[in-house]
Amino acid sequence: MLQVIRNSLYFGGVAALSDVSFSVERGEIFALIGPNGAGKTSMLNCISGLYHLSAGRIVFDGKDITRLPAYKRAELGIARAFQNIELFKHMTVLENLMLGRHVRMKSGVLAGGIYWGKAQKEEVEHRYAVEEIIDFLEIEHVRNMPVGTLAYGLQKRVEVGRALALEPKLLLLDEPMAGMNSEEKEDMARFILDIHEERETTIVLIEHDMGVVMELSQHVAVLDFGMLIGFGTPEEIQANPKVIQAYLGEESLLEVQG
Amino acid sequence: MTAVQSPFAIGCGDFRVNYTQDMAIYKNVRVRRRVIFLVILFFLFPILAPEYYVSLATMAGIASIGAIGLNILTGFTGQISLGVGAFLGVGGYASALLTTRLGIPFWFALPLSGIFTAGIGALFGIPSLRLKGLYLAMATLAAQVIIYFLFNHWDALTGGTGGLVVQRPSLAGFSLDSEMSYYYLMLVILILTALFTLNLFRSRVGRALVAVRDRDLAAEVMGIDLFKYKIIAFAVSSFFIGVSGSLMGHYTLVITPENYGTQISIEYLAMILIGGLGSVMGSIYGAAFITLLPVVLRELMTAVREVFPNLESIFIGIKEIIFGGIIIIFLIYESEGLAKMWRNLKDYIKLWPFSY
Repeated sequence: MLQVIRNSLYFGGVAALSDVSFSVERGEIFALIGPNGAGKTSMLNCISGLYHLSAGRIVFDGKDITRLPAYKRAELGIARAFQNIELFKHMTVLENLMLGRHVRMKSGVLAGGIYWGKAQKEEVEHRYAVEEIIDFLEIEHVRNMPVGTLAYGLQKRVEVGRALALEPKLLLLDEPMAGMNSEEKEDMARFILDIHEERETTIVLIEHDMGVVMELSQHVAVLDFGMLIGFGTPEEIQANPKVIQAYLGEESLLEVQG
Repeated sequence: MTAVQSPFAIGCGDFRVNYTQDMAIYKNVRVRRRVIFLVILFFLFPILAPEYYVSLATMAGIASIGAIGLNILTGFTGQISLGVGAFLGVGGYASALLTTRLGIPFWFALPLSGIFTAGIGALFGIPSLRLKGLYLAMATLAAQVIIYFLFNHWDALTGGTGGLVVQRPSLAGFSLDSEMSYYYLMLVILILTALFTLNLFRSRVGRALVAVRDRDLAAEVMGIDLFKYKIIAFAVSSFFIGVSGSLMGHYTLVITPENYGTQISIEYLAMILIGGLGSVMGSIYGAAFITLLPVVLRELMTAVREVFPNLESIFIGIKEIIFGGIIIIFLIYESEGLAKMWRNLKDYIKLWPFSY
C-alpha cells in the first residue's frame, strides 16, 4: 500500500530523517514510535506532502508520489490528523467535516453561488455522509458549534472526523490520544479499531502509549535520531535490543540480557 | 377543543425535517418572512423618501457591493488587499471604454467590466501564494499605485486627469436618469450580489476559502490547492468590486482618477472592519456607515451653526480624526463589527427581560 524507500530529509545540516525505509500493508494498523525528536512527525509530513524529501521515494498504491503536492495526495486518498489540533476554528463541526469532503465534491464558484439544482443536491448528498461520521464519533451534540469553543478531547475527535470525511485509503494519525485521560483514550482506541474494521482503512499511527501501540498495531517501526532502528511485529519490537536501548538506556539493556 | 394560544407566545420548537431545510440561509420561517418584509420596504423606500435620501441610499448601496467584494477576499479568505480603489477604477474605466469607444450597451458592459476586473485582480493576486499578512498588503498597495499611475498618465486610454464622461444606461427606451430608477438598478444588483455571496459561503468553494483563512496548512492537507483558491478569491472579489466601480461610474457620470486613490482603498477596509469581517450583512452595514458618516457630520454642523458659529470650520478639519477615532473604537470594543453588535442586540431582545 505504502512504500517508504530510503527517505532522507535535511534541514540545513541537520538530518531529520536519514535513509528510512519501511512499508505499510493494505488494511493494517501501523504504528510509528520513537523518543521525542526522533522524526516521527517529519515522517508523516513527508508522507502527506507538507515536507519534500531530500532523497528517496514514496510509493502509494503503486504510484510514485514523491513529487506530488499535498493537495494532490489528498485527492489520491491520504488523509491526516495533526498532533497539535489544526482545525478551522471559526467553522462549525459540520463545516469542518464538510470541508473534509472537499475532494469528493465537484461544484465550482458559479454553481455554489447560484446554489440551485446540482450544487444543492451535492451538498445534501454529502451531508448524509458527514452525518454518518458524526454519529460514528458521537459528536451529535456539538455539530453546530464553532470548533474553537470545544473541549480538547472533542477537538481531537473532530480532527479525526475531518480526516475520515475524506474517505481515505490511508489515514495518518499523529498522536491521536496525546493529552487525554484514560477514558478518552479508550474511546479513541475504540474509534480507531472501528475505523479500521468497518471502513477497511489502512492506518498509520504515531503514539507514545506503548500499551496502546502493542494492542492495536500489526506492525511497528521505531525511529531514533531520524534513523530506523527497528521494524516488525509488536513482539519483535519488544525483544529488539536496539529499541530497548533507545527507550530505556544502555544499562537497562544489560539488565534485560543479564 | 383547540388550545388557546397566547398572542405573545412564539411558536415553540423550530423543526427542520430534512437537510435542505437545515442548510437554508434563513432557516426559520419567521426570520425569512422578516427578511422578505425588509426587502419590500427597501423597494418602497424611493417612493416614500425625498430624492436626496434616495441618492444617498444609492451611493451606500453601490459601495456595499464593493464592500461585499472586498470582504470575500479579506474577511472570508483572509488576504488583506489595499488595492480596492484601483480595482473600482478598473471597473469604472472598463465600463466607460466599452460603452463610449466600442458602443457596447451598458447591460453587457457591466458584467464585462466585472469580468475584466476579475482578470486584473487575479493577476495581482499571484503574489499571494508567497506573501502573507503585511507583505501581501504591501504587494496589493503596489498594484494600487501602479494602476493609479496608469489612470493618470495613460492619456490616450483614460483621458488622464480629466477622465472620461459616461451616460446613464437606458432600459427598453427608458433612460435611468432619475434617482429612483438608478436606485432600483442598484438594489437589484446588491440583492443578487448578497445572495450569491451567502450561497457561495455555504457551499464547497466558499468553505475552502474560509479554510484557507483559518488554517492554510490543514486546508492543503485536506485537498485544497491553496494557489488556485487564493486566485479564485481575488477573481470573485474583484468581479464585484469591478461591478461596483462600473455602477458608480455610470451614476456619477464622470470617471476621474481621484475617485480611485489609496484613501478609497482604506475607506473600504474601514467599511468591512466596522461592519464585520467575514459577514455579508456586515459589509452592507459598514458601507452604509462610512458613506453616511460624513453626511451626518455635515448635517450636525449645520444644525449647531446658529449656536456655535465657529464650530463648523474647526470640525471640517477634524472629520478625518473622527473617522479614524471611530475605527479605533471599533477595533478595541467590537472587533467583529456592526454585524456582531446587531446579533448581540437581537439576542438581548430575545431573552429580555430574563437575560440569564
